Amino acid sequence: MTPHAPFLRRPGTQLTLRYIVAIALTLFFIFPVYWLFIISFKTPDEIFAFPPVWYPESIQFANYRVLFKDGDAETVWNSLILAGVSTVIAMVLGTICAYSLVRFKTGGENLAVWIISQRMMPPIAIAFPIFLLYVFFGWVDSFHGLIILYTAFSLPYVIWMMRGYIEDLPLELEESALVDGCTRWEVLWKVVFPMVRSGLFATAVFTFVFAWNDFLFALVLTRTEVITYTVQVTHYFGGQSNFWAKIAAMSVLGTIPVFFTVATLQRYLVRGISMGAVKG
Amino acid sequence: MVGAGGVATPAGHAPDRFFKYWLIIPAIFLLLLVGLFPLIYSLVVSFQNITMMEVDTSFSGFIHYAQLFKDARLWQALFHTLLITVIALPLELVLGLLMAQLFLERMPGRQIFVSLLVLPTVISPIVAGATWRLMFDNRYGPINQIIGWFAGEPMTILWTVNPSLVYPSIFICEVWQWTPFMFLILLAALSNVDKSLTEAAEIDGAGYWRIFFRIVLPSIWPVMAIAILIRGLDLVRIFDVIWALTQGGPGTMTETISIYTYVQGFQQFETSYTAAIAFLVIALLTVIVTWAIRRMGLAK
Repeated sequence: MTPHAPFLRRPGTQLTLRYIVAIALTLFFIFPVYWLFIISFKTPDEIFAFPPVWYPESIQFANYRVLFKDGDAETVWNSLILAGVSTVIAMVLGTICAYSLVRFKTGGENLAVWIISQRMMPPIAIAFPIFLLYVFFGWVDSFHGLIILYTAFSLPYVIWMMRGYIEDLPLELEESALVDGCTRWEVLWKVVFPMVRSGLFATAVFTFVFAWNDFLFALVLTRTEVITYTVQVTHYFGGQSNFWAKIAAMSVLGTIPVFFTVATLQRYLVRGISMGAVKG
Repeated sequence: MVGAGGVATPAGHAPDRFFKYWLIIPAIFLLLLVGLFPLIYSLVVSFQNITMMEVDTSFSGFIHYAQLFKDARLWQALFHTLLITVIALPLELVLGLLMAQLFLERMPGRQIFVSLLVLPTVISPIVAGATWRLMFDNRYGPINQIIGWFAGEPMTILWTVNPSLVYPSIFICEVWQWTPFMFLILLAALSNVDKSLTEAAEIDGAGYWRIFFRIVLPSIWPVMAIAILIRGLDLVRIFDVIWALTQGGPGTMTETISIYTYVQGFQQFETSYTAAIAFLVIALLTVIVTWAIRRMGLAK
């Protein structure tokens, strides 16, 4: 296009316009996150200032110190154990199941459809009968109860994702390992697992984040001992608004690990959240 | 010699026949726990009569299912769920698509924008709701403050309390959190569209919209359909954001099916009745989901 093109059609103008829209959009999507973080660093006077204070005078960590002193921060530790352990179990069980589905076509398409449909069930409809079952077993407010549920709920996702990664593997290496006298299990551990390790890693991170972010199962199945950070955040929701600092600080404690893990995973992000629909 | 899965098997490995089943048994067992057990157990309990007051496990017939049809609050909850889904889903889709178009062409610093834009999507929904609760606060929240600048006078809009504003509040929070999800997936899908096709059409004189509907849309549709399916089913299950913003209120104005089930089961302790609701919801969704997955060829 020539410089004599109409103003709005000029490449330079278009790029500038795109930047303006892009920056406006980014501000809209980032500002609430900024606000959450900034409240957690404010003093009570700054939080309840009218008009609102857009940035604090100084960064102070008193709001976090309170959480650690009262033991509320331990709920982040609970989330870590629950999400961490359930992710490891779900990865192992889900990957070997996916291997069977891909290599031996076990159960055919029907089994695959059934497995993925379990992902779509509403948690509350599952949580309620499970709650009754756990009351019977005495598993309410226990780590193993919630770990079993998180594992089971993560499995469809893990199986689904790993199925895609295993399908991408060449058969030849497995065949030659079998010819060399490896057992089926050895092939799995020594050939398949190492070859899909980047897929394993990416899938594990998303599985972890889903369990980490869960609220409903933890709300229903915990009381005092195994409370997760998401449930703890809602404990500050009382009528008085003077818990704002705690809401913000607790939310930030739970959000930083997610931002951090996802930042390391940019490359797998689209494949991860689209359940493998987009292969990146 | 070729084994069941098409993988060459050395002779003398007879136990291999069961290998494929050993691999799936632990996972299937756990999946049955969340997939089949709740369905069967809900069905059993729904035919009994268990409440906080009494535990009557004798067969009580279809009274709870009859009650379902007369329960106006349940139908309202279903309506609210549907309303949220049919409004939020197209909003997220269209906005996500527009954003993807904006970032489709190369521009310096694009990766930084994309990295920042996806942050809302990975936050826990309950934290997203809590964040917007702080944003919407009538006195100390920034939203009213910003509106006040434009209005020229201080504003004290009660976003999450005012009956005509509760739904917009929920939509703003939902759209904020999940438009980036649509954006990210659609951006990847649009980037994979064959450039030579659109360029050829352009040379032939086809207009922008014609190219979009005839070439671009059909080629991104498989991915778009899955994004719609994932988000649609998430919206049908919506709980966390509403719990954080309104707890279903004011009154029962924003009560969705998930919130209503929770209230019946864990606040009213109507065990058998809740089981009937849970059974209904699981049965209904199993049919819809299975149909949708097959329809979209997701299992292929």
